[in-house]
Amino acid sequence: MTIPLSYYIVLSGIVFLTGVVGVLLRRNIIIILLSVELMLNATNINFVAFSQYFHDVAGQVFVFFALTVAAAEVAVGLAIIIALYRARSTINIDELQLLKW
Amino acid sequence: MEQAFFFYFAFVIAVAAVFVVAVRNPIYSALSLLIMFFHVAGLYVTLNAEFLAAVQIIVYAGAILVLYLFVVMLLNLRQDDRYHRQWPMAAAVGSTLVIEAIILTVMKGWTSPVVAPGTETTVGGISNTAAIGDVLYSTYMFPFEVASLILLVAMIGAILLAKKDIGGDAPQL
Repeated sequence: MTIPLSYYIVLSGIVFLTGVVGVLLRRNIIIILLSVELMLNATNINFVAFSQYFHDVAGQVFVFFALTVAAAEVAVGLAIIIALYRARSTINIDELQLLKW
Repeated sequence: MEQAFFFYFAFVIAVAAVFVVAVRNPIYSALSLLIMFFHVAGLYVTLNAEFLAAVQIIVYAGAILVLYLFVVMLLNLRQDDRYHRQWPMAAAVGSTLVIEAIILTVMKGWTSPVVAPGTETTVGGISNTAAIGDVLYSTYMFPFEVASLILLVAMIGAILLAKKDIGGDAPQL
C-alpha cells in the first residue's frame, strides 16, 4: 500500500468539514440533509481506509450499519420535510421556528 | 499509479462536496452528490472493498439519491435560497477544525503507525464479500438484527409521517 493512511484521514476531514459548514450555512432543509450525507460518507471513507490498513474487515461491517442508519434517516427526514411543506408550504428553516424558545 | 488514482478520486470527491454545499439549485446539489458517491465507490475499490463499492452505488446512488430527487422535484421549490445568517458561526467552527487539523498534522508529522497484527476477523484468502458475510453473520449477528429493526421503524415512520390523513382524525401538524 503506497498511499499513507493520513491522506485518507485528511480527505475525510475535508469532506466532513464541508458537511459541517453546509449544515450551518444553508437555509434549505434538503441541502442540510445532503450535508449530513456528506458527513456520513466522510466517516465511511475513514472506516474503509482503517479497515484496509489493519487488514480487519470489521470496519467494512460498520460501514454497513452506518449505511442502514443513513437510509433510515433519509426516509424519516424526507417524510418530515414533506409533512412540514404540507403544513407550512416552506422548507426555509428561518421560517420554521416552532421549537425555538 | 495507485497514487494517481487516489489523487483523482480525492480531488473529485472534495470538489463535488464543495459544490453540494455551494450550488444554489437543490437539483444540481443532489447531482453533485451523485458524482461524489460514484467516486467514493471508486475509492473503495482501490481500498480492496469491492462489495462495499457495489453497495455504495446501489444504496446511495440508487435509492437514497433518487429519493432526494423525488422530494426536490415534488416540492417545486422557488430559488430564493440564500446563505444563512449563521455564517459567522459556520466560519468559526470551520476555521477551528482546520486549525486543529493543521496543528495535529504538524505535531504528529506524516509518519504512519505500525500495522497491527491481524485479528480474528482478518481478511484471509477468501474474497472480500465472503469475509464480510462471515463476520456479519457471526460476530455482528445482534447488531445486524437491530439494523433490520431500525429499517422497519424507519419504514413505518416514513409512511405515517408522509401520509395525508389517517381515518380523518389525524393530528394536524
